[in-house]
Amino acid sequence: MNQSKDNGATKTIQVDTLARVEGEGALTVEIKDHKVEDVKLRIFEPPRFFEAFMRDRRYDEAPDITARICGICPVAYQMSSAYAMEDALGVKIEPAIRTLRRLLYCGEWIESHVLHVAMLHAPDFLGYEDAIRMAADHPDVVEMALRLKKAGNSIVNLLGGREIHPVNVRIGGFYRIPRLREWRDLIEELKWAREAALALVQWTGTLDFPDFEQDYEFVALRHPDEYPFNEGRLVSNRGLDIPISAYEDHFIEEHVAHSTALHARIPARGNYLVGPLARYSLNFDRLTPLAQEAAKDAGLGTICRNQFQSIIVRSVETLQAVDEALRILADYPMPDHPYAQVEVHAGVGYGCTEAPRGILYHRYELDDQGLIVSAKITPPTSQNQATIEKDLWNFVTPRIELPLDELTWQCEQAIRNYDPCISCSTHFLKLEVVEK
Amino acid sequence: MLTKRKPRLAVWKFASCDGCQLSLLDCEDELLAVVGAVEIAYFLEASRATMDGPYDLSLVEGSITTPEDVERIREVRAQSDYLITIGACATAGGIQALRNYADVEEYVATVYASPQYISTLAKSTPISEHIFVDFELHGCPINKRQLLEVINAFLNRRKPNVPTYSVCMECKMRETSCVMVAKGIPCLGPVTQAGCGAICPAYNRGCYGCFGPMETPNADALGHWWIDQLEVESDNLIRALRTFNAYAEPFRRESEKHEPVEGEKKHEPIKG
Repeated sequence: MNQSKDNGATKTIQVDTLARVEGEGALTVEIKDHKVEDVKLRIFEPPRFFEAFMRDRRYDEAPDITARICGICPVAYQMSSAYAMEDALGVKIEPAIRTLRRLLYCGEWIESHVLHVAMLHAPDFLGYEDAIRMAADHPDVVEMALRLKKAGNSIVNLLGGREIHPVNVRIGGFYRIPRLREWRDLIEELKWAREAALALVQWTGTLDFPDFEQDYEFVALRHPDEYPFNEGRLVSNRGLDIPISAYEDHFIEEHVAHSTALHARIPARGNYLVGPLARYSLNFDRLTPLAQEAAKDAGLGTICRNQFQSIIVRSVETLQAVDEALRILADYPMPDHPYAQVEVHAGVGYGCTEAPRGILYHRYELDDQGLIVSAKITPPTSQNQATIEKDLWNFVTPRIELPLDELTWQCEQAIRNYDPCISCSTHFLKLEVVEK
Repeated sequence: MLTKRKPRLAVWKFASCDGCQLSLLDCEDELLAVVGAVEIAYFLEASRATMDGPYDLSLVEGSITTPEDVERIREVRAQSDYLITIGACATAGGIQALRNYADVEEYVATVYASPQYISTLAKSTPISEHIFVDFELHGCPINKRQLLEVINAFLNRRKPNVPTYSVCMECKMRETSCVMVAKGIPCLGPVTQAGCGAICPAYNRGCYGCFGPMETPNADALGHWWIDQLEVESDNLIRALRTFNAYAEPFRRESEKHEPVEGEKKHEPIKG
């Protein structure tokens, strides 16, 4: 897929279809007279019109329908849509339901993060085309990662009904609450998984990282007591501190011609970063002592500005999620009712949760029958897209003299640092009419 | 296989969520065995190494929604000995086939206000509307056991053991009492193909049809049951039939039967 060309004075780094990312994107970097002229992360995934066909659907269909935006993080879509609908309809959920939702999210974080760490990202650091080839030389790491990923999937499988597009989430709670005894085997496996996640953090800490500290504006949720999943305020390291409902007052999306996804930015300051690095750097003090210790031992500070090290941060978050899952299962909450009752009325609701790749914002407007009048969904990758491009400018500039094949591969890696979810980002494209 | 080389497997993506190809990577216990038995010749979600065709077996995820993809799927077919579609998008057009019931130009004009940048077709269609398909694996998402069975069957030139009966059979097998009879919960299980393991009724909810229509379903009888016995409003029956397999013919036909006749519409068509 590498179509890079070197014509002396001008060089083009071109990857027509990016591999080991979710969805379809392409990369072009134009270099002229030893200077970067242009960087484009082109997204050509065909749009699927979710925001259009959500109109006139019932409020309670949103978790199942929006899950289909992404096969890798369906729980994130179910969580953001459930919280948004509950906000619109004034539904109060039981504390036990809230805790079980955290447990479900732990499963998705483990599954999604380990997939990326071991199968999609690690091969770049070790010079392999994929994890299959890597497994030939590093069977222990790949086998351990597969088993760890399976432990995360097993949480989603039991609490959600299945790994991809779980069926058990509904507005107000769950359809069925599994009994504690159904978790018995999985608890034992999660004890193994905690050790494995710790080993994964240590192993990722031994990889070689290019010197690539960037001055990002991090944006993530922050909760008074916990590492963020479903709730909190939206904060940044440059003074942002707002409730979720104020999201659209502080972030705007812009259309750029070369992409079918929008670029998000903060009007006063420009592009920003969501995802593991942002969450970690804004919430280090909310990690469990075990996760904090592991992060430090692997060479991280309390803030991480090098996206290449996101592989360590994802591993730390995996450890955090396993630890949290075990904590929840040790004091397993049984709600009085599997779900809260809902009274339908007109309203507007907001939801924002921490998908594995960063904040995922939903807003719905409902009519008095509970039918969706309008829907807005902003996934993490479209928020990061402008930052990915900026990273590429800054990354290529000091490396311009590298052999083209090597530079192309490193650019791919710089994109894979973000674990981009291109299918997600595309589906929310809205092009503005430019009056000329 | 006549040659001694490993069979070459290719995985292709069209309009979709990536979940069905992820099912292959979710076979954590079997993945290394699978890649030991086949050569992954083209699977971008997993590898940056790609081989040119021809391929012994192609798995196709996603529906056809753009003019470019109409061409691309023909090229994939020409390069593939066997071609199997995986999931509701590829076999029925997916959730994005809801556009088939609306005016796509209206969608584009209201949601995507610069139509010149949007290359899209009026309908989202299954792969089989464009090329010959050797086997269609249902599900939104597909079941990974069924995926392994189908790969295994084709590589060994035998018929896949994928049942075409309804979800009801799986409820009986796992001894779930019928949610429709016992609890009055509307359920699409009687017309939906088995394969998921009847998860939804086991989780106290009705089947929502994500595996698409079974072979020769009696959707008409189910529609009557929902409306007459369970007092489901026709609007809600239509919504239930129009989700991830909205464009599958038996679901489409049944949902159209319950649409209000011209002149007595309860709801205006969707407008921006």
